[in-house]
Amino acid sequence: MKRALTLAASVLALAAAPAAAQDFVITNATLATGDGSEPIERGVVVVVDGKVAYAGPQAGAGAFETDTVYDVAGAWVTPGLVATVTTLGLADVSGVSESNDVRPGSSPFNAALDVAPAINPSSQHILVHRAAGITRAATVTSPAGSIFGGQGAIIDLGADGQPVTRAKAFQVVAFGEGGARLAGGSRVATYVAFANALREAQDFARGRWDAESAMLTRADAEALGPVAAGEQALYVSVERASDIRSVLGLKRDFPRLDLVLVGASEGWLVAREIAAAGVPVIADGLDDLPNSFEELASTQSNVGRLAKAGVKVAINAATMENPRNLNQYAGNLVALARIPGADGLSWGQAFAAISSVPASISGLGGKAGVLAPGSMGDVVIWDGDPLEVGSVPTKVFIDGVEQPLDNHQTRLRDRYRELDESRLPEAFDW
Amino acid sequence: MRKSIKTIAAGTLAIALAACSTTGQTDTKSASSAPAKSETPFPSTYTPYPGTPTALVNATIFDGKGGRIDNGTVFFSGGKIVSIGGPHTPVPADIAVFDGTGKFVTPGIIDIHSHLGDYPTPSVQAHSDGNEATSPTTPEVWAEHSVWPQDPGFTRALANGGVTSLQILPGSANLMGGRSATLKNVPARTVQGMKFPDAPYGFKMACGENPKRVYGGRGRMPSTRMGNFAVNRQTWLDAKAYDGKKRDLAKETLKGVLDGEILVHNHCYRADEMALVLDMAKEMGYKVSAFHHAVEAYKIGDLLRENDVCSAIWADWYGFKMESYDGILENAAFLHREDACVVIHSDDANGIQRLNQEAAKAQAAGKRVGIDISDAQVIRWITLNPAKAMGIDGMTGSLEAGKMADVVLWNGDPLSVYSRPEKVWIDGALMFDAMDRKRRPVSDFELGQPGEGDVK
Repeated sequence: MKRALTLAASVLALAAAPAAAQDFVITNATLATGDGSEPIERGVVVVVDGKVAYAGPQAGAGAFETDTVYDVAGAWVTPGLVATVTTLGLADVSGVSESNDVRPGSSPFNAALDVAPAINPSSQHILVHRAAGITRAATVTSPAGSIFGGQGAIIDLGADGQPVTRAKAFQVVAFGEGGARLAGGSRVATYVAFANALREAQDFARGRWDAESAMLTRADAEALGPVAAGEQALYVSVERASDIRSVLGLKRDFPRLDLVLVGASEGWLVAREIAAAGVPVIADGLDDLPNSFEELASTQSNVGRLAKAGVKVAINAATMENPRNLNQYAGNLVALARIPGADGLSWGQAFAAISSVPASISGLGGKAGVLAPGSMGDVVIWDGDPLEVGSVPTKVFIDGVEQPLDNHQTRLRDRYRELDESRLPEAFDW
Repeated sequence: MRKSIKTIAAGTLAIALAACSTTGQTDTKSASSAPAKSETPFPSTYTPYPGTPTALVNATIFDGKGGRIDNGTVFFSGGKIVSIGGPHTPVPADIAVFDGTGKFVTPGIIDIHSHLGDYPTPSVQAHSDGNEATSPTTPEVWAEHSVWPQDPGFTRALANGGVTSLQILPGSANLMGGRSATLKNVPARTVQGMKFPDAPYGFKMACGENPKRVYGGRGRMPSTRMGNFAVNRQTWLDAKAYDGKKRDLAKETLKGVLDGEILVHNHCYRADEMALVLDMAKEMGYKVSAFHHAVEAYKIGDLLRENDVCSAIWADWYGFKMESYDGILENAAFLHREDACVVIHSDDANGIQRLNQEAAKAQAAGKRVGIDISDAQVIRWITLNPAKAMGIDGMTGSLEAGKMADVVLWNGDPLSVYSRPEKVWIDGALMFDAMDRKRRPVSDFELGQPGEGDVK
């Protein structure tokens, strides 16, 4: 009981005064920097003022001064994972509608929606995923009232009151079957809805928008301006090969679009065209079922084949049960490389697909998902190979600040370590 | 081919008539000795595909019962395991021998909770056959009448998951969802061609949020948890009063449960609710074989052990509905600590492809809190334990002489993310081979479609 009380007191103290970034050095690491390279032995990471000052072989580390040295004795050290296309911070329990801000289905606004002020950094899902080594995430609402879903944010999963790294980082739009349903029941309608919205946005930006004849709300017309101007990335949900071609073709009418494909289950069938267009893909990692008619060709080799064709490809967190499975998915893509006829990834590529590549797509290239001079001090020390099932972090730093790893789940775990009711009721054990 | 469709239809008619005169008084000694097949109007026509006598040698073997043999040998012939043992296990000359050096052998993986076939892909409305959500109790429906044998999900479960047997359950909209179907994971034209011979039926029940939401949303009973129990108890009481004179499909199933011939699989998340169900089962005189989705089982591991109930669980699903909010990664390990029966299940067309990895995650969570569970014991969670809860453990689920030769050869440690099934045998027939593209099933639906025949 006494031990639990002490724990509670320390948690309280932490909540009241979040720790400041502390300079530190990690030595003797099995170091994966996240850039696609293979891990190196006896690596060193130096973090100063919340940023990485050095990450690499011990030989190149030079001199540094700090009181805080973590000799991890060969343990794996990586940048924090970057989960893209999540709802982290937008729901406590997805099945409890009162707690769920993911689908603003009856809002008159769509493209103008901005998730940033709704993010709750105390959501248990944020806490649990922080403990799983995810330090940054892209959080989005789902298109519900129109093909446009609103503006997603890049967040950090730190234990403080400022979760937003970058608000309005990208706009979301649905094509394919989902977009067809929202546009009026047909893919044909989606393209008209999209073109009309972009033209109204352009009109708005030029001061020619006319509320009387417009179909968009003023807020939506304004919000789509940066999309039309290519200043804000556009995440396009699309699965079927033919739909992907049509989405790539949108650039004929709107050449400035900064497209990112999300889903792209049949991407491998048009991998060369995607590569030629220079469009990155946030791909469903392990989907291999014809879940719908737009995913008939889905295969676990999708990511490997896209990568082979030269596409910048990250693993989509949206299609897994929860984003904490990102590393498991990446590990599976490594396993696939051993199956004749399948296409997988090397370990370094697979890890990059859940770290530096999603960071780069998120506009944090060189800053997150990678350990390199000047990158954010998001560092994770693991109890095993981070792509192996069951591996978890032993320490997580965000912006150089060590993070608490406890949450509702760990508290339940500690309460039920034994089923002993001989003393006080469980309710007093906290 | 095996029996023609026409023959099956004729046989069905004869058996259905015969069933009128039988009252299901079979003296069932154990769950695995099922009611006589002749009482089943949709009998299994499954016959094993052709196999050849085969030996796997020099492999690390997990026998499914919790045993491990290093540098081991498994020999099967005639569809049955003949012998299993160390490097000196005798193997006949001139048979197929696979060198398992650096590889692992397990029994075929078994998923106790699947909706393949009754919620097949493509998951369009026309395929939505898993919930007869028109009445809170539908004991009269049978999942096998919904199963579409061409669901491509069966092939993925075989190739990526090494799944050789699985239980198809009706969904959880209803308090009583109907009978399950236990299948062998083989391509077949009819569901009868997949039916696991002599497997007892299961009976799906559901606790908690789903039934009260579905029916409460329609302004009818049950709309609360107390309503759930009231409807359940009254339905059981009515079934107990059934005299069998006039056939009643719903009551025949309930009677089968009360007689111990049909095994109850109860969707139930919360610990307090599971405890109430166990009391209800005692009151009415039936037994719960397994709680499924038992997210809070860890809170009552002792009670579950005392009642000899398995908990079929995910490794890490949590927080998606209120009754899953207390999910923890250590659920399986805490149950194991209490000596309660653990089963890892999927309830998911993707998850069924990675039950081995889910088991490994649960094992790792236990290890972190000092509960060290051997690899061999963990494999049991996805082989013999589900077989036991499904009443087929006398026939499959472990590598023992005389049992079905349902065998997976893994290209590495099956509890590692980096491993995959290399070969899968069902009743001694090689049904999947990662090294041979002609041993990769393609369902009717996939023919001529984009991606046909891909490794997936």
